[in-house]
Amino acid sequence: MSQLPKPDTDALRTKYPDVFDRPASARLAMPATISAVFAIFVFGLVDLGFSPTKLVSGLSQLGWITVMMIPPDAGSSLPAYLAALGETLSIALLGTTLAAVAALPISLLAARNIISSNLLRFPVRRFLDSIRGVDTLIWALVWINVVGLGPFAGVLAIALSDFGAFGKLFSEAIEAADKKQVEGIRASGGNALHEIRFGLMPQVLPVIAGQVLYFIESNTRSATIIGIVGAGGIGLQLAEQIRVLEWQKVSFLILMILVAVAAIDWISGKLRFAIIGQRAVA
Amino acid sequence: MANAISILPDQQLAVLNDTYRKAVARKRLKATLAAAVFFAALIVAAIGAEVNLRTLFSYFGNFVSYFDRILTLEDGTRVWTNFGEWFWGWQKWLKMLGETILISYVGTLSGAVLGFVLNFFAAQNTSPAPWLRFVIRRLLEFARTVPGIVFALIFVIAFGLGPMAGVLAIAVHSAGALGKLFSEIVENADMKPVEGVRSTGASWLSCMRFAVLPQVTAGYASYALLRFEINVREASVMGFVGAGGIGQELVVAIRKFYYSDVSAILVTIIVTVFVIDITTGWLRGKLFGKEARA
Repeated sequence: MSQLPKPDTDALRTKYPDVFDRPASARLAMPATISAVFAIFVFGLVDLGFSPTKLVSGLSQLGWITVMMIPPDAGSSLPAYLAALGETLSIALLGTTLAAVAALPISLLAARNIISSNLLRFPVRRFLDSIRGVDTLIWALVWINVVGLGPFAGVLAIALSDFGAFGKLFSEAIEAADKKQVEGIRASGGNALHEIRFGLMPQVLPVIAGQVLYFIESNTRSATIIGIVGAGGIGLQLAEQIRVLEWQKVSFLILMILVAVAAIDWISGKLRFAIIGQRAVA
Repeated sequence: MANAISILPDQQLAVLNDTYRKAVARKRLKATLAAAVFFAALIVAAIGAEVNLRTLFSYFGNFVSYFDRILTLEDGTRVWTNFGEWFWGWQKWLKMLGETILISYVGTLSGAVLGFVLNFFAAQNTSPAPWLRFVIRRLLEFARTVPGIVFALIFVIAFGLGPMAGVLAIAVHSAGALGKLFSEIVENADMKPVEGVRSTGASWLSCMRFAVLPQVTAGYASYALLRFEINVREASVMGFVGAGGIGQELVVAIRKFYYSDVSAILVTIIVTVFVIDITTGWLRGKLFGKEARA
């Protein structure tokens, strides 16, 4: 076995100067970033009133709560909980459908390949962004003021906040569509509506259907919590039971939510693949 | 190129036409059935959610007038005619907003560190033992499926009212979400460097540090930034359950019908979310190139 030749350090140094002598800015960038990130973190801890004693007592409290959660037990309220869960699923389904129906025409206005004027598209996009920037829970509170407490406010809250998200996602799907079909329709003498209906929609609809299904799934999650502010569904029960410290019921409700979300995940995953095939989902 | 189109004999054509028609009919039937099931589900849901079209129409006016009211100052003028009056509480609101951003910052960072520690155990190619992987995966799944606000509700009781509960809730939820995303990045990493490092007799820890980490850091940072963006939105509602931040001000304004305050706080939140979206988007672009958002 022959010995490898010893590397010639000087030659390497002249050949790759920036490996041996990195400029100070490059060497300092990483530690500086890390210490800045850490400094803000410590400032945050202090400013938000973190203290070790509070943390320890809270954790022991949390331990007690966990112990009291076992075993999960619905007591005699299982029918009420099942009804609440059904209400949650209804809110998610209706809210998402409403949002999708409303967002489809608006998303056409936000797509670059349909509305070429920046002047017209910009306000539509910012409008959608503003709706999206506000959390579903906030919309739920606003709707409660308008239609009163109850699941209907939840439906409208989910519909509105998803409208913002769908508008953006749909318009992106439309922008990604192939232009050739549209040109084909135009070449055969179709007008703008024909182009959209026969050139664009057949391409876009499967993508949109996949996204809508995905949102029904993620909205089951959002729908479970909007009850916390009074907009119906299982969140209402959950918040109540937490407030009266019925921990066994709380853990039962959390388990119910987990199972429901998993079931919806599974079903909508199957449906999604049935609609768009085994391709990856956006 | 002049190709003659060959026309099949009638008999053969009839069979093909027939199968085609049958296939189309089957497809139509399937689509109709699916639509019928969907509409039935919608109707059941509408009954379940107590939807009443009459209330919708009679309340729709309320919705419009609600926006009319929150955009009107107490003296009856439009809000934008008098910014001083509209944003009268801007000092207090900015302070709460700062708290919201700090809550999401501290929460995201703690969650990211937690997710970072756990993700190597959850990824298929780096986990030291299958049972450990299973346990960690279920743990992460639990942390991200339970909504952050539910954690906040429970933590408010354990840790007392205040931003601490909010931070911890965001941290737990983010750890669950980021742990999964991080482990997916690790699963996509090239294993050859790991083999190289292991062949020198290095421990598992050194393999992670010198072979996996250099490949995945940029992806981690990108996802953590995306999470920060989401968490700012989440932190804006933590105040609803008493876990600190601007949500507290908002819920008071909405419940007590301080109309113009509602719009002022909403505008503040929306602008902040915009600014953070744009900044983190720019930072992510620098880190990761033009990558699609997760």
